[in-house]
Amino acid sequence: MAKMTLDELRALRESKRKDLEKRDVEGKDIQIVVGMGTCGIAAGAKQTFDALVDQVQKNGLEGSVLIRQTGCMGLCYVEPTVEVLVPGMPTVIYGKMTADTAEELVKKHLVGHQLLDNHILDRPAADIMKK
Amino acid sequence: MACKNYILVCGGTGCESSRSDEIYRDLIKEAELQGVKEEVQIVKTGCFGFCERGPIVKVLPSESFYVGVKPEDAKEIIAEQVIKGREVKRLLYKKDQNTADTVKVKDIDFYQKQFRVVLRNCGVINPESIEEYIARDGYKALEKALFEMTPEQIIAEVKASGLRGRGGAGFPTGVKWETASKAPGDVKYVVCNADEGDPGAYMDRSTIEGDPHSILEAMIIAGKAIDAHQGFIYIRAEYPLAIDRLNVAISQAKEMGLMGENILGSGFNFDVELRLGAGAFVCGEETALLRSIEGNRGMPVPKPPFPAIKGLWGKPTVINNVETLANVPVVLTRGAAWFSSIGTDKSKGTKVFALTGKINNSGLIEVPMGTTLREIIFDIGGGIRNGKKFKGVQTGGPSGGIIVEKDLDTPISYESLISLGSMMGSGGMIVMDEDDCMVDVSKFYMAFCVDESCGKCAPCRIGTNQMHAILDKISKGKGEESDLDDLERIGKAMTKASLCMLGGSAANPTMATIRHFRDEYLEHINEHKCRAGKCKDLIVYEINPEKCIGCGLCARRCPVPCITGEKKQPHVIDKSRCLKCGECFKACKFGAVTKR
Ligand SMILES: Cc1cc2nc3c(=O)[nH]c(=O)nc-3n(C[C@H](O)[C@H](O)[C@H](O)COP(=O)(O)O)c2cc1C
Repeated sequence: MAKMTLDELRALRESKRKDLEKRDVEGKDIQIVVGMGTCGIAAGAKQTFDALVDQVQKNGLEGSVLIRQTGCMGLCYVEPTVEVLVPGMPTVIYGKMTADTAEELVKKHLVGHQLLDNHILDRPAADIMKK
Repeated sequence: MACKNYILVCGGTGCESSRSDEIYRDLIKEAELQGVKEEVQIVKTGCFGFCERGPIVKVLPSESFYVGVKPEDAKEIIAEQVIKGREVKRLLYKKDQNTADTVKVKDIDFYQKQFRVVLRNCGVINPESIEEYIARDGYKALEKALFEMTPEQIIAEVKASGLRGRGGAGFPTGVKWETASKAPGDVKYVVCNADEGDPGAYMDRSTIEGDPHSILEAMIIAGKAIDAHQGFIYIRAEYPLAIDRLNVAISQAKEMGLMGENILGSGFNFDVELRLGAGAFVCGEETALLRSIEGNRGMPVPKPPFPAIKGLWGKPTVINNVETLANVPVVLTRGAAWFSSIGTDKSKGTKVFALTGKINNSGLIEVPMGTTLREIIFDIGGGIRNGKKFKGVQTGGPSGGIIVEKDLDTPISYESLISLGSMMGSGGMIVMDEDDCMVDVSKFYMAFCVDESCGKCAPCRIGTNQMHAILDKISKGKGEESDLDDLERIGKAMTKASLCMLGGSAANPTMATIRHFRDEYLEHINEHKCRAGKCKDLIVYEINPEKCIGCGLCARRCPVPCITGEKKQPHVIDKSRCLKCGECFKACKFGAVTKR
């Protein structure tokens, strides 16, 4: 990307904001967001990330699932943390999502539209950026 | 097919004990009885915090938050919420009115105690994507600063917001910027203090790892405000991920013309470079930090002159903490009035804490100033681990103190924590329970200060050593009552005469523990007893011959080994060789090994 002007920055912000709101990035409407701060990585978030990529492929969902990384969600006592966004379902944050839970996550939540027992956590705070 | 409703039943230990299991089963039963099994999924969750008001049940997608739920309520929840789509009003959580005046922002109307200004993007955006940062109003404050505001207006806005330094001292940020902007000098600098040396603190690391662009944006804004064109981020080398993410962010910002020459065509230039620190606590002190950036040994110099007048290479320099800076873009985009509506009279905005220690839900939290420690520890933190008793909470790290039960309802602000004999510090918050020994805790912090003292001034170099020697003596049961007076005397001298606040505040943890737990010190001194069982020299492990069945497990676990005995006969510990590791105590299934 080349250097921007003020107008270009504003245009970029608008289009990206819409992307974020749509939550439909690159035509994929399901998102899995893995917390990858130092705390998450120390607890195995990288392995979880890889296992999720694997399971999504195994279940033939590459076309509709986007797996992303983010920083620390603040829930350090239950790392690794993973947020899952599926259209028509409430968005939830799961804790203690080690690599061996990836299969259950994909099969039960993404395919079966059921939430996982014993992993859901409360979102720590409301989002001030959503007015 | 997705369900119409999802009912989350809190399965944390607090709620489990108050029958959440029964509620879970009854909800499933009721859903079946009332014929809506397919429309609702009942899920057990992790702890939601808020255990005091458990058991907690939350219904999605309506976000209904029920507290104090009983198994008998299951029928009504299913009948009302799942079938008729109405909330069960009598179970809904109501925010108690006592705290309403300290937290004025209307957005925090729901049960949430946390409010994320600094951490607004942490755990939300991909920290390696500048686009996602931009999408969430990123670099919008920079637009304003570059195209709509004069330096004076920027400074006025920051001043009006009431933002104060989050690095410890709480100095008003706008005033600091104004001083630097008025200081004569052709070259000026902006420095971000990301040294974060307090044991137990990781707020700044997490902020950078989760939202690196917010720091860069704030530094450029500070640059415009004081007419500086170069910034440095001083970050410890042991934060490799944070460093990586900053490097990615800097190159993205440069590539897109948000940093470097002629930013967004405004004619304003600003660059940021990283400087890696070797992880010395004293290098977090601003004057030592600046010496370190200059390539000299990181040692403090007397103030005044303050860095805002004579800082890096003798030039006017604004030095701000990571969290302070992370607030700045929000101050400009939302305005000073919005920002100053959060918090208390003199402490505006929020504070991020790294909540650790003997707490159920340790983690990174952000609360409005004015929140009480009780809310943090018991509502957000979910209380003390393993049902133990709360003893104290350490804030401010090696410069702070300990706050005890009776003061937990004090609303947090810079002033209130100081009046309690502690301080805000950078935001480490370590919770301690009955198993923590206060002499041991003071000794730990004093040992830290002995290690980290740069040695330049005598009060700190000698004082920390002397205080540590006395604390060590007490912890070994060899103290005298006059030692407490000596500790106070040396502490006072150090506080008054040290060159920087490392020595100036090193006595704080000791003073605070003596004030609140004098009886515990006296117990060590007079009775040679450590009630928490932490001071190794004072504990004795013994085997009660009446309870010992001679299974031999303790002898096998003993690393020395110093436990002997015939099979099926009571065993004995050779106390002269015992290391007091406690393995035998942990191993014994019959309660025969005692600790005193
Ligand atoms: C021994 C010592 C260590 C310090 N460590 C840090 C630190 O790690 N991070 C920080 O931001 N401030 C630290 N400070 C405070 C800084 O000297 C300075 O007050 C701060 O960076 C100013 O920024 P602020 O106004 O944004 O808080 C330390 C102070 C002392 C005396």
